[in-house]
Amino acid sequence: MSRMLMAGLTRAAPQLICLAVILLLNWLAFPGFFDMRIQDGRIFGSVVDVLNRGAPVVILAVGMTAVIASKGVDLSVGAVMAMAGAVAATMTVAGYPLLVVLLAALGTGVLCGLWNGLLVGFFDLQPIVATLILMVAGRGIAQLITEGTIVTFIDPGLIFFGTGSFFWIPMPVILAVLVTAMAVLLVRRTALGLLIESLGVNRSASSYAGVNSRLLLLLIYAFCGLCAALAGIIVSADIRGADANNAGLWLELDAILAVVIGGTSLLGGRFSIVMSVLGAIIIQAMNTGILISGFPPEYNLILKAGVIIMILLAQSLSRTGFLHVLRPAPTQTAEAKVKRA
Amino acid sequence: MAEPPILLSAEGISKSFLGFRALESVDLHIRAGEVHALLGENGAGKSTLIKVLTGVHQPDSGTTRLNGEQISVRDAQQAQKLGIGTVYQEVNLLPNLSVAENLYIGRQPMRFCLINRREMEKNARALLAQYDIHIDVAADLASYSVAVQQLIAIARAVDISGNILILDEPTASLDRHEVEVLFTVIRRLKARGLGIVFITHFLDQVYAVSDRVTVLRNGKLAGTSLCADLPKLDLVSLMLGRTMAEATHGSRRQETGPVHREISFKGFGLGRSVAPFDLEIGRGEVVGVAGLLGSGRTETAKLLFGIDIADSGTASIDGKPVKIGSPRDAIKLGFGLCPEDRKTDGIIGDLSVRENIALALQARRGWFNRMRQSEQRALADRFVKALDIRTSDIEKPVKFLSGGNQQKVILARWLATEPRFLILDEPTRGIDVGAHAEIIQLINRLCGDGMALLVISSEIEEIVAYSTRVRVLRDREHQGELTGASIDTGTIMRTIAADSARIEA
Repeated sequence: MSRMLMAGLTRAAPQLICLAVILLLNWLAFPGFFDMRIQDGRIFGSVVDVLNRGAPVVILAVGMTAVIASKGVDLSVGAVMAMAGAVAATMTVAGYPLLVVLLAALGTGVLCGLWNGLLVGFFDLQPIVATLILMVAGRGIAQLITEGTIVTFIDPGLIFFGTGSFFWIPMPVILAVLVTAMAVLLVRRTALGLLIESLGVNRSASSYAGVNSRLLLLLIYAFCGLCAALAGIIVSADIRGADANNAGLWLELDAILAVVIGGTSLLGGRFSIVMSVLGAIIIQAMNTGILISGFPPEYNLILKAGVIIMILLAQSLSRTGFLHVLRPAPTQTAEAKVKRA
Repeated sequence: MAEPPILLSAEGISKSFLGFRALESVDLHIRAGEVHALLGENGAGKSTLIKVLTGVHQPDSGTTRLNGEQISVRDAQQAQKLGIGTVYQEVNLLPNLSVAENLYIGRQPMRFCLINRREMEKNARALLAQYDIHIDVAADLASYSVAVQQLIAIARAVDISGNILILDEPTASLDRHEVEVLFTVIRRLKARGLGIVFITHFLDQVYAVSDRVTVLRNGKLAGTSLCADLPKLDLVSLMLGRTMAEATHGSRRQETGPVHREISFKGFGLGRSVAPFDLEIGRGEVVGVAGLLGSGRTETAKLLFGIDIADSGTASIDGKPVKIGSPRDAIKLGFGLCPEDRKTDGIIGDLSVRENIALALQARRGWFNRMRQSEQRALADRFVKALDIRTSDIEKPVKFLSGGNQQKVILARWLATEPRFLILDEPTRGIDVGAHAEIIQLINRLCGDGMALLVISSEIEEIVAYSTRVRVLRDREHQGELTGASIDTGTIMRTIAADSARIEA
């Protein structure tokens, strides 16, 4: 058991080191970074803030990991967040009970995911194109639901999902942990993990071996949609309103980035949900760090891009650089080299 | 006659990967104006040796000399500068560019900072004329046959390097006529004084074109000799490290009275893919399927396994009608298929040997009935042993195994599901003599254990060796079935060739 843990830690070393460095820099820029206090039955502090703010992207990254492992990508998660938020807000305002609201919002996400899965799995559209459709149309649908306004609500039940806490821990963090744990159990305690990886590496061969690739793709995208809807509910509950234009804007890119930082290849195959979550936390730690360090906000995006390039370069070096000596180069790269020469 | 001078010599080359000794103190001397065949079973170290020579891998020890001068090749680009050109089995060209562009990509003749297309095409025509190829060099490469593409790849490699030419299984995807054309070119290059390394699995081709042969076995040098001094039988023994008799002794099965053929297809067919055919097969039978490429062999297999769905006919098992609408349906009925194209339809390259073996069984068991790691490992260990799959570790990605071992992994994947009916599409293509013999033995053994097998193969001798009945296909139609004494190479050939002068085309 401890050997497996060691192997896991070794594999996660670049990401863990990277997170440590970012936290250290945050601490240097803002000495109170690691301070924590309990107030109004909730834990407060910058670290908690990182986790709390990062929760939506963590949840998105969990779903996105499954999609990317299947050699796909889901660009629509940001739009699905907006739609789920819009559904939750308008139904709350219309006076539906909380349970119905939640089911409807989550159901919206599943439906969107099924649509994507249908296009990818059954109509064999390229995932990037298939999900681009909903990425564009989804915001339109969200605007239709909210009728072009920002729908605000004051229902304490729904708001609890964004700002509430349970045993001093903020609700979004609890939800993110739950989703992660359930997803990990689902893929590793069933055969789904193996079958998704197999599908991602070679769909044709997997089908020949009897993997029900269409149904599996449908399920994967539906799960990703479900995650997006939950993230949408959290964001909407946090601001106590649904903003069809801005909810989840560009978050699909953060989610993809989190997965990539976590080391899952965009070419599909081997994946790790925990590592993607770590990737999402790295991104949020960076965001928070840049904000509290007092840099002019104009530099935020550029700084973020710079840091991300360094992370990815470090990863690429650790894969091809010093491990290269140990491992035979894959034939494909060898052939590609010859071709280029 | 004096020996021609040595162009390239590699001495004491050793190379290990993660503790696995791929090459152990191997010597190779390539002389000018000589074709040097490099032979060995899969996993013997041929590819590793080539990759060391071309700088893809760095040797752990050993020296390489070019014209007597010590060199160390760092990468493929430097190898080309030194004059060592390589043509790989899968053509490494860009099918969407023109022939001329492929020949001169990266070194196009320029004029006023623009590519001088006319000059490039003129050069290309002149270059190809040396090989007796007269084609439209402005046309897309994809519009020519694999053979022509292969020749273009060779022309390019010779033009860039022009000292040593390494041909890695260049004939694997060529038909007989195309092989002849290739050999003519090889002989011409030989006359120009090039040193040529020729890797192949076909022994006849070794004798047809090579002067000298080097055999590797398990990463070690098994022997080097002039072809003229080495009879074919000795060569095979050298490769296998054992005598021929036990390797290929064909045990032709005799039909034992009327058999109950429980699996039956009636009028099965699909549009232009395969004309409707009947097929019955039962326990302990091997039905061989012979026919030229494109005669409907693979299409038949795909139909039987539910990859393509038949638009006519019915299937039944033990008299009960069954539906085959997908591979999963077929697998539920106890069918298995080892596909023709190992890379695209067979192996899951990035996954481990263990996972590849467990996949079909796991897929049949369903999503929520996971095989435990220990169970998967036990399964993989059992088959690695039973089929003699050569891998240093069952956790190794299957893409790092040699072709023959990959094939065995796919076979293991199906055997793990304990199928009643196994379809093998070209199970011995592109694998070496040793694995070849093992797979034939395995077919006989499975059949003896009561499995029904349908085996598609281009090698007629092979089909004759193991089939109880032989199906001959031509022009997407099942032409007929040979049984008992009528199964012999001549009859099969005649049935295939009947009314078909197109074999040469």
